[in-house]
Amino acid sequence: MPDVRLVNVTKKFGKIVAVDNVSLHIKDREYFSILGPSGCGKTTLLRLIAGLIEPDEGEIYIGDRLVNNVPPEDRDIGFVFQTFALFPHMNAWENVTYGPRVKGFNMHKAERIGHEVLEMVRLHERLDAFPSELSGGMMQRIAVARALAAGAKLLLLDEPLGHLDAKVRNELRYEIRRMTKDLELTAIHVTHDQSEAMAISDRIAVMKKGKVLQVGTPQELYMNPKSIFVAHFIGGANFLEGYIAEAEGKTSTVELRGGVKVQAINKGLSKGERVVLAVRPEIFTIKKGKAMGENSIPGVVERVTFEGTNIRYEVRLENQDLIVVVMPSLTCEWFNIGEKVTVSFQPENAHLFAYPEVGLREEMAVE
Amino acid sequence: MGLSKKLVERLDRLSSKLVVKYGVYLAAVVLFFALILVPPILGVIIKWSSMQEVFGDAVFMARALNAVKNSFAVAVVVSVLDVVVGLPMAWLIARSRSRWINVLDTLADVPFIVPTAVLGYSLLLFWNKPGEISPLFGYSLVSPGWLLVALLHFTFSYPVVVRVIVGALLDYKIEYEQASRTLGAPPLTTARTVTLGIIKPSLIAAFILAFARSISETGATMMVADTFENGPIFIQKTKDVYVGATVFVSLILIVFSCLIFAVVRILGSRFKLPIKEAWPTLERKLSYTAATSARDSVTLLIFFAVVLVPSLFAALPAFEALPTDILQRALSSSPPWNDYWEGLVRSYSIGAAVTVLNILIGLPMAIIVARKRVGNFSSVLNVLVDVPIIIPSVALGVSLRFFWKETLAFIPDVWLLTFAHLAITYPYFVRSMSAAVERISIELEEASRTLGAKPFCVFRTIVFPLTKYSMFSGAIMVFTRSVSETGATLAVTQLKTAPVVLVDWVKGKVAVSSLEIGLGCGFLILISFLILLALRLVVKGKGRY
Repeated sequence: MPDVRLVNVTKKFGKIVAVDNVSLHIKDREYFSILGPSGCGKTTLLRLIAGLIEPDEGEIYIGDRLVNNVPPEDRDIGFVFQTFALFPHMNAWENVTYGPRVKGFNMHKAERIGHEVLEMVRLHERLDAFPSELSGGMMQRIAVARALAAGAKLLLLDEPLGHLDAKVRNELRYEIRRMTKDLELTAIHVTHDQSEAMAISDRIAVMKKGKVLQVGTPQELYMNPKSIFVAHFIGGANFLEGYIAEAEGKTSTVELRGGVKVQAINKGLSKGERVVLAVRPEIFTIKKGKAMGENSIPGVVERVTFEGTNIRYEVRLENQDLIVVVMPSLTCEWFNIGEKVTVSFQPENAHLFAYPEVGLREEMAVE
Repeated sequence: MGLSKKLVERLDRLSSKLVVKYGVYLAAVVLFFALILVPPILGVIIKWSSMQEVFGDAVFMARALNAVKNSFAVAVVVSVLDVVVGLPMAWLIARSRSRWINVLDTLADVPFIVPTAVLGYSLLLFWNKPGEISPLFGYSLVSPGWLLVALLHFTFSYPVVVRVIVGALLDYKIEYEQASRTLGAPPLTTARTVTLGIIKPSLIAAFILAFARSISETGATMMVADTFENGPIFIQKTKDVYVGATVFVSLILIVFSCLIFAVVRILGSRFKLPIKEAWPTLERKLSYTAATSARDSVTLLIFFAVVLVPSLFAALPAFEALPTDILQRALSSSPPWNDYWEGLVRSYSIGAAVTVLNILIGLPMAIIVARKRVGNFSSVLNVLVDVPIIIPSVALGVSLRFFWKETLAFIPDVWLLTFAHLAITYPYFVRSMSAAVERISIELEEASRTLGAKPFCVFRTIVFPLTKYSMFSGAIMVFTRSVSETGATLAVTQLKTAPVVLVDWVKGKVAVSSLEIGLGCGFLILISFLILLALRLVVKGKGRY
């Protein structure tokens, strides 16, 4: 039963701390994603689990076994590389049966497994093709088949869809999830694509600069981001600067730039503290003209972008903050550039954060 | 500055004219055929009829065939051993994370900078007469003859083999090995089934280079052969007396070399390494600590005891000679040192000329081959460029002399010698340059063109900076190879280059003491080393992207 536990794992490359004191528990049969911008340490973390590199500190458990000193071939894992790493001098069949062969299975068993996994990825008719003769999507499926054929119960995927076209990528991500669920595998999937992670994961860990910022289901991360970075990276938001003018009970009054006052749910910030208010573009509603009401701010439409499903408005508020509002294009009223409008949002849908010490721009930086 | 800038702009503009562009390519192809490919072939054909004299003499015939047989036997055994022993060394250099590995990496090149004639003398001292250096080194282990010849050939091919395999291992994507490990293969199984399978072409290339070197080498072999005769020695002994025998043996060496290379090329791609089977328990045991340390120790032991120390042994008498008056006599160039210095200057001048010629006519050829500039003919050229490698250099020298002496007899010997060295070194230069050009993505050149660069400007600003390192290392290879070449030199002319002078000294044709020979070897090693060091400093840290 392969659950994976990381306890205070740290990995340094020279002076760079690639993985900084990370603890995680990935449950048995869970589809778990590690999400973060490039260079955040997510691939390093996956390679630590695979045993391709060794941690400087901390412990890694697969099942109940401490695997720190176990070489990769004895960890009982399947690993899918971003570049697939299909052996160029072996054909598809030799690639997928490589695992069973080097593990010393008898020929009969190795062949049975080979046929099974090739059926599963629907590439049985291409078993004598060499990697150079296969399309990107096919190579990817062979790579998954090869990892599965070794009989592992833990599948590690390092940006497995990164090298594919958008269309193929969208199809394959559901296919991979379906296979892991059918085979009751634990899967750890590394990606920098938040929509990919949201679409396929049971849970996601968001990483930045070697640290895990938050772990949760896609819904939890979207509805309840614990930091400005997570709010920004998952779904995106407008970030309005201000300070707490009144702090009584659950809701506080936040004074934004230019003296605009709004209400927001406060979780322990005190009066006078500098804050950032995060409001997702799809939370706002827009009305024509000047309208009164709670959390309503007048402004002028500066830019309109038709995106198909949605219309995206950029609105200059009266305090000169520029916000983005996204509305469903078929069901909402349309506005023109230069039109005077009022935007409003519900206090419980906005997230209030203390102003970051490193500055807002640096806090949100993805590189 | 203004003038050279104008010249460069002029060249840039000229290069966009098709006539100029194809003119350069055409010139490179014509010169390749006229100077390198055709003369040695015609040389043999000119003397075709002289072979009659061999067929009439059964004893002589048997001797010639025996020499050829010896050549191939030594070459096959030595090349196989070189690859088998060189592979773990290359692995150690390419994969070790130790800081000392850089030192080892440099040391592995040492036999390469020791001119082969010096190397031969050095090995003779080490294996046969160590007592001459110091009684400490005791007694003779190996007498001159086939075993010492084999040891010699093993030693001078070793750095080439290691270099080729290290290059392959460094270019190779480590992810294949990681993938294999995650699929359950222990390191040894991974190396055997994945790594060796992928770098197989380089192993074959290493074998071919070692084989070709062993078939051609003459100067050093002469010093350690005693009565043992292989092809080049036989040619060397008979070339002035029995022209027919020389042509006969040259022809057999050429034909059989070509055949063997063809067979290796064809079978090499068919030949499958044993990758179907795996022995998990055994290979796991052999993959870790005790087994790997044992492997590394044996590798290093062989390297130091059979390659490095014997190669540098000749330098010891040089140190001994320093406090005596020999150094002063040498420097004041009193006989026999006048011949020595003259030979040295001749060697280095020819080396420099050959290097420049190679850059001039080899570079366009490398681009033609790498970028397929002349369509299908490019692939034909690609094969033809390698031909001089597989022709034994002494045979090449002999047929070149026949050709030039029969056709353009007025050509000065120095030119002949330069042409011979050019033919021998040309494939090495073109190979290393075309590989380097191929590594540059064609998109970079296209990007440069779309930004407004003329063809020559693309070369100046994109191709040259990115291939500089390869060009320098190609030049180094050409230069050192030219300076140490003995067999072809002896075959082509009576002119004495430095290694020829040393061969004469060692063979006792000139009366000199062993300290003097040692000092002569020492100078040659020292100067070669300094030149290499200077070049390394010039290109240090540049051109590696």
